[in-house]
Amino acid sequence: LSHEGVPGLVETKEAHGETTLVVDPARLVEACTYLRDELDFRFLSDITPTDYLGWGAKGPAGYIGTAWGRDLNAPGAQGYARVPAAKPKRFAMNYHLLRLEKGARGLEASPARPSTPGLAGAPSARRVRVQVWLDDGDTVPSVIGVWPTADWFEREAWDMMGIAAEGHPNLKRILMEDDWVGHPLRKDYPIGGEPVRFSGEE
Amino acid sequence: VAVAPEKPAIYEGTRIPSPVPTLLTPAADLEDVLQVNFGPNHPSTHGVLRLIVDLHGEDVVGLEAIIGYLHTGFEKNMEQKTYWKAVTYAPRMDYLAFQANEYAYVAAVEKLLQIEVPPKAVWMRTLLLELNRIHSHLIWLGTGALEIGAIGLLWYCFNARDYVLDLFELVGGTRMHTRYFQAGGLAEDVPRGFFTECKKFCDEFPATIDMYETLLTNQKIWLERTRGLGLLSADDAIALGQSGPVLRASGVDWDLRRDEPYLAYPELDFDVPVYPHGDVYDRYRLRVDEMRESVKIIEQCLEGMPGGAWIADDRKVVLPPRHELHTSMESLIHHFKIVTEGYRVPEGEVYVAIESPRGEFGCYLCSDGGPKPWRVKFRAPSFVALEATATCVAGSLVADMIAIVGSLDTVMGEVDR
Repeated sequence: LSHEGVPGLVETKEAHGETTLVVDPARLVEACTYLRDELDFRFLSDITPTDYLGWGAKGPAGYIGTAWGRDLNAPGAQGYARVPAAKPKRFAMNYHLLRLEKGARGLEASPARPSTPGLAGAPSARRVRVQVWLDDGDTVPSVIGVWPTADWFEREAWDMMGIAAEGHPNLKRILMEDDWVGHPLRKDYPIGGEPVRFSGEE
Repeated sequence: VAVAPEKPAIYEGTRIPSPVPTLLTPAADLEDVLQVNFGPNHPSTHGVLRLIVDLHGEDVVGLEAIIGYLHTGFEKNMEQKTYWKAVTYAPRMDYLAFQANEYAYVAAVEKLLQIEVPPKAVWMRTLLLELNRIHSHLIWLGTGALEIGAIGLLWYCFNARDYVLDLFELVGGTRMHTRYFQAGGLAEDVPRGFFTECKKFCDEFPATIDMYETLLTNQKIWLERTRGLGLLSADDAIALGQSGPVLRASGVDWDLRRDEPYLAYPELDFDVPVYPHGDVYDRYRLRVDEMRESVKIIEQCLEGMPGGAWIADDRKVVLPPRHELHTSMESLIHHFKIVTEGYRVPEGEVYVAIESPRGEFGCYLCSDGGPKPWRVKFRAPSFVALEATATCVAGSLVADMIAIVGSLDTVMGEVDR
């Protein structure tokens, strides 16, 4: 199976038996339509935004935070065996696609029993991850026209990570309250930053 | 192509509302529309789900699902914990399919670690996942029937469910959220007596399923309350990302256990039930059939259960045996480091999908090479199932809406995470 013809393809990565197609955000809808119609990826499993703020920043090793300045919640507050490879931009949007095909059973003679999905053998041609890279404030085109199931996933990405899907007809918060300030899954969103309303001091 | 060609069309074309696929809006010229708040606290919302329903007489003409009432930030919390400690979070999202969630997360960690799991753990995990499927379907059947008025079923199902929970208690020490899986295998060896008890359950349970079916399958009221309701065609189900029983009841022959085999499933003999009509009744039939298949799988697991180690022997990831801590300095250091700092997981990102009782449960895990997950994201099948509510409910009566929403089998803890 070749992903050569995907419009806007920047890079193809193979790791852990999974294929990642890095795509130009401007041509995302085109790429997704091609994947759905030409390569039969009719099923959108998941949309995952990831925030890489502070990725690879050196921090003290260990788990417990202290009162003397070691910040447990700071991005990268942990020791590395080696500094991870730099990322091109702050945010990644990952679209996990699936091709529905019947009867894997008996067709492939697996060399060893895969105790973990996808651990043994070649990259699964049945799944692919489409990845686009974004800076803070960038929007991503909505794929709701390609897969209607993207509706809530894109709302969740906006709510949790602050990545707006352009062209989404109903883009509003989904898990947090409508008047919530901030996007909780961003790395710069504090843990425990919410004021306690009925404390003894009041 | 997954869709069987001879299958009759459930309806022509698509019924997905436009432009927003999850929002049903009443026609602009429709008069006498009453807007009703259904939930967030209502006995039949399976948790805390709020539906804003537009009614025209008793017809549902508009629907918007509001979620988020159970949002507790599982994904954010897991980023703050070491991999080892974050295992505890996964089962608490979907409190009916806890083992399945736990396995998906552990499998993602194992995939990044490239760790080989010993056969006994693989088979035991398979067995427990199927027991968990029975547990989840039993709750669905009990509460789903309760909502339509068959109160007796609730007690029968919870009776059998208690039996399953007893088995979980036997194996993991707690009835729910056992935290029995961990990276590399199982937390502890299988206790003596478990297999005997499990066999006993397998012998008795099919007769119990027969009893449920006697009560419901051909019962007139049940048929009238479930047949032809909540229609979802195969194409719409795929477009809306439906998975698991909802997808298979729409005639799509797709099961990750068979089609993307993991654990011991490739070596087991089981059928994947598929029903063609895409209504509430078929979803019911399908889940009942799945329980029977699960019993078959558990019996095969009991027969084929290999002996030997129950966890991988990798001292950088797996806790050393307890007795070694008193005699070996090296083991003590390993134990200390794993518990305090946690093991480091190589850099990378993976997506692992398993067939949970509700469908494709996916875990996206991104590691920066440190001891804490950089990002964890769960693809919750219930979340996606709720997206189909607007399509399924269109044109139904308000009383049927409860049966339809129930048939999608959503668990709000998993929807909101």
